[in-house]
Amino acid sequence: MNQIPSGTWVEIEQVILTPEQRAPTLPEDTRQVPYVMRVSGFLIERAELGQPASIRTIIGRELRGVLVTVNPSYSHSFGTVVPELLTIGTEAEQ
Amino acid sequence: MTTRDTSYAAVMARKNEIMKASLGIDYDDFIQSPIAFDYERMMSETGYSHADITRIQHETKVGDTPLFELHNLTKAVRSISAPGKGATILLKDEAANASGSFKARRASISAYEAARKGYPGLIAATSGNYGAAVASQAAQRNLKCIIVQEVFDSHYIGQPEIVEKGRACEAYGAEVLKLSVGPELFYMLLRTLEETGFFNASLYTPFGVRGIETLGIEIAQQVRARYGKAPEAVVITHAGGGNLTGTARGLLAAGCDQTRIVACSVDLSGLHMASNRDFNRKSFTTGHTGFGIPFATWPDRVDVPRNAARSLRYMDEYQLVTQGEVFYVTELLTKMEGLERGPAGNTSLTAAVTLARQMDQEQIVVVQETEYTGAGKHHNSQLSFARQHGIEVRRGDPKDNIPGKAIVIPERLDQVWGKVQDMDRLRLSYLKNAARAYPIDQWDENDINFLAADMKVDPIWVRQNTKLLG
Repeated sequence: MNQIPSGTWVEIEQVILTPEQRAPTLPEDTRQVPYVMRVSGFLIERAELGQPASIRTIIGRELRGVLVTVNPSYSHSFGTVVPELLTIGTEAEQ
Repeated sequence: MTTRDTSYAAVMARKNEIMKASLGIDYDDFIQSPIAFDYERMMSETGYSHADITRIQHETKVGDTPLFELHNLTKAVRSISAPGKGATILLKDEAANASGSFKARRASISAYEAARKGYPGLIAATSGNYGAAVASQAAQRNLKCIIVQEVFDSHYIGQPEIVEKGRACEAYGAEVLKLSVGPELFYMLLRTLEETGFFNASLYTPFGVRGIETLGIEIAQQVRARYGKAPEAVVITHAGGGNLTGTARGLLAAGCDQTRIVACSVDLSGLHMASNRDFNRKSFTTGHTGFGIPFATWPDRVDVPRNAARSLRYMDEYQLVTQGEVFYVTELLTKMEGLERGPAGNTSLTAAVTLARQMDQEQIVVVQETEYTGAGKHHNSQLSFARQHGIEVRRGDPKDNIPGKAIVIPERLDQVWGKVQDMDRLRLSYLKNAARAYPIDQWDENDINFLAADMKVDPIWVRQNTKLLG
């Protein structure tokens, strides 16, 4: 059992609307998938990944969902080099 | 305590009562018919003068942004223009506002109003810079903040720019409800407003639009002080219509009634805005036709009963540019002018290049915003992500750009050429939407006059074209 200790910064997931509950006018590809929410917060009581859990968000609200991520982080970057951009506006292009 | 029904249909049915409670505005006061309402009275009854707005904005690090002359880009445009052509291009560096975009102007008045009325917090549904702006303004007014944001597709993948925008909201202390693709964002907003009793910092309230008027006023003052006249044209990146409406209203308030108001959006035709599959194929998160066209042709499709952002009321021209052209001009701004800025303002900068080429050298065209850039928001991030997702990225003729399939970055400046839209076609589309909202045979004089003002045309135009619609 991999219990995540209370107080850990985590992310939970809730299915807000199942495909059948979704808005009536949706494109076909969107209608086939549920409407899902993820929110980060501090774990209120220890819980396991993939199990229901409650969090206290950064503004103090209590939300419940399935524990999906421990220490949710950002790793977006500048991406890999796009060589097509490099010479724009330089002498090489004059 | 009674538990309220939170099904999609039940929450949507409570829309009006939730809105009234979360805004403190009774729209029934202004509404005259299913289409007409007293727009000017709604705007003035916010109770804030321009002096008040300026003071409120100064309290929270908004406004008084620099206006730069883009000497090198102007020179480059002149070198490809006919003799005597090539207007001076100016850029309003709105990235200097707290949170890094002009959106702080919009959020500032909502945050002030929410604090004044004693709301415990602010909520906004947005996938743009507005989230960070609301979070930043809320932080400064000691208010709690929730941002409801469309972030990922069904594989939990989001464009790097969207991910960065969510990160910024969290950085300013907001709770971010990260949602998958779908128009149910509005449902989620309503549910959260009802649960929390927070203020609805909608982009489309009078507060959200009046806050931008100072941007137009500053442009008028700065251009007059430096060049001794009003600018001939101001170019505005257009999505929901607030930026254009607020800026144009500010320019008019400052007496610039001859300044041409030019809208510009990135052409994303062919991509569906509510499609899970297309979500990560746009390479732009806002300032595109997915918002620009529907909001111009029916502004009242929003999260408030009547939209304060009404772009056709002020728009003189509407240009569409390709994704590749915007990325090209973004790179030029960096390399030639020494300014690294995000994509939104560079959309209007792209249109400004086209305009400047056709305008006289003595004339002035103002690009009225920039936004911050960085990891995720940088054009290299978006292009690299596009390539990873199977979108072709290459240099060539921007005419070959196909949204979602091929991003074609121009090889030369003279290939940058925005497509001017037929304004009457847009107005006809608006008229059809109005007819859908309220049958034509029930329109009275007041409705006709409202529609005319709302499309910047004569009532005769409305009458003639209504007949054509049958």
